[in-house]
Amino acid sequence: MTVATVPGRKARVPRRYVPVLVTAALFLAMFAAGGIRYEGFATGQIILNVFIDNAFLLVVAVGMTFVILAGGIDLSVGSVVALSTMVAATLLKQGWSPWPVMMLVLLIGAVLGLGMGAIIHYFEIQPFIVTLAGMFLARGLCYTIGARSIPVDDPVFTAFAQTRIDLGADMWISPGVVVAAAVVVAAAYTLHHTRLGRNVYATGGNEQSALLMGLPVARTKIAVYTISGFCSALGGLVLSFYMLSGYGLHAVGMELDAIGAVVIGGTLLTGGSGYLFGTVLGVLVLGLIQTIISFEGTLSSWWTRILIGLLLFVFILMQRLITARRR
Amino acid sequence: MTAPSPAPASGSASASPGRRLLGHRLFWPAVILVALLLINPVFTDGFFRVELKDGHLYGSLIDIVRFGAPLILVALGMTLVIATRGIDLSVGSVVAISGALACLRISDLGDQNSAGGVLAAAGVALALSVALGAWNGLLVAGVGVQPIIATLILMVAGRGLAQLITDGQIITVNSAPYKLIGGGYWLTLPFGIVIVLAVLALTAFLTRRLALGLLIESVGGNAEASRLAGIGARGVILTVYTFCALCAGIAGLMISSNVSSADGNNAGLWIELDAILAVVIGGTPLSGGRFSLGGTVLGALIIQTLTTTIYSIGVPPETTLLFKALVVTVVCLVQSPAFRAKVFHRRRRPAGASPVAEEKVGVSA
Repeated sequence: MTVATVPGRKARVPRRYVPVLVTAALFLAMFAAGGIRYEGFATGQIILNVFIDNAFLLVVAVGMTFVILAGGIDLSVGSVVALSTMVAATLLKQGWSPWPVMMLVLLIGAVLGLGMGAIIHYFEIQPFIVTLAGMFLARGLCYTIGARSIPVDDPVFTAFAQTRIDLGADMWISPGVVVAAAVVVAAAYTLHHTRLGRNVYATGGNEQSALLMGLPVARTKIAVYTISGFCSALGGLVLSFYMLSGYGLHAVGMELDAIGAVVIGGTLLTGGSGYLFGTVLGVLVLGLIQTIISFEGTLSSWWTRILIGLLLFVFILMQRLITARRR
Repeated sequence: MTAPSPAPASGSASASPGRRLLGHRLFWPAVILVALLLINPVFTDGFFRVELKDGHLYGSLIDIVRFGAPLILVALGMTLVIATRGIDLSVGSVVAISGALACLRISDLGDQNSAGGVLAAAGVALALSVALGAWNGLLVAGVGVQPIIATLILMVAGRGLAQLITDGQIITVNSAPYKLIGGGYWLTLPFGIVIVLAVLALTAFLTRRLALGLLIESVGGNAEASRLAGIGARGVILTVYTFCALCAGIAGLMISSNVSSADGNNAGLWIELDAILAVVIGGTPLSGGRFSLGGTVLGALIIQTLTTTIYSIGVPPETTLLFKALVVTVVCLVQSPAFRAKVFHRRRRPAGASPVAEEKVGVSA
């Protein structure tokens, strides 16, 4: 939280920026290595493709950033994403018009998050176990709605899926990316420039102190889970634009990707320290790993998991070193 | 279990036998299990019948224990980890890795039915499981990473490792000795049950007859204080994570042996969550400091019975997750002191001063 410069060193990089800078350097190095190794890799569209393919993950990871910054964890995000695609697809099939469906889906996500946050705060149960129950609940609801994949053929959703927004120079993005970018900007503003954002950092840094300072800890803690639930639902909508289907098996294990992106982005898992920009970089790094593996061709898909695990290990070790030195 | 708990349940010290039974830690889990079992005969004829055919025991009850055996094993390991205030998310991956490695070694054997070859394969798989557990333990105790995060690494990477071992395929083996582990019978009992009983007896002996259980509970209660009292907290933590992975490794052998194949992607999927659930239902608090092996076994049996019941009632099996969510929520709420204080306290002691919740000191480097 404090600007802790390293005394007696030439490079005066504030220590709180170190994790984000390492991630940025890693991303650039990966991109450069890919550019040297593969033909047609070092183009802007490759990065945009990473955004297009991972827009939903970015939205979910933003919500996760709030929760982790406040010192919690949310395991339910993947299931809420799946539930959102399922609810949207089912309601559209029954002839609802798309906009109320979107509103309802977002409302469901936010209410689920609100409920979990309230249980976590008022009954003092560990976030881990409460969101685990939320995960079971949302996944179970998916399967109760239906066990099969439901296609979406609503014109508004297909328009979202197929529209290409040209950026010039042969580069384009999907509307999902625009949604994700808007979420990132709104979240960055909230975290870094509003009272709620400062309360999130304070609660995550030391809940007891925050309480004694008279900060609304209860409201903050419940708010971050609500935000995470909302972001998961929005991520689910973006995913259903991308997949054009609702399915109970969508986004299995996505909570791990989201947590991974946040950690690789340099946010401390103990809470209280980190940047939203880091999360964006974390999602980019995860996406770039997949891109490189698909460019390599001979590497099998499971190397993605192993590499992500390795990266997690390196970054968690780095976090330990940074927090240990700070004391 | 038999040994007295260091943190006695409130109000049970000087109560009548009836109240003591009600206040016993295993009372409510046992009631739930019996209730679940009693639902079944309505839908399944002869549910409680246990028959002896060809010297083998058959029956729905036996099946529940047999199919629940891997879960009981994993949950036993998890109990000890949770008792030290830790958690092990990587058990599902270890299950997959162990099964994959054993099946790979057996499929490479010239004679898949040679007992020595199968034993060697199982030994290698268990050795790798132990190594993975030691890795988790080192991260938690040596480096001082939060348990959720430390084991998250292996949870993510482990599935990849398992698929690396099987080369993304489902390895099928045709080995009679290997089939015995998960699907065979020994002395009329399914062999899986024999393994579970052996591990349970060993664990109960180590933790309740020797000092290990006390050490585990003291580390879970207050890691810093037990370190100052001269307990090698790091060694204890390393031991429990290694033990947990070993249990998961054995469970992995059972699961893969039962279907005679190894699937790196789906073997042991979600078993970590079921195991944590079993531990919590069994009355071991996630905040560590005490544990109940008997409770964990009951918890695992409840989950398995729930699954069986849902199948026999004819509800779509997918809704199992909904029931689990309900059970987790109810169990956690009942266990939560804050919930009890807010919901029940007012009626009993309207003007009582609430005791200050004690802050526990976590293991910190």
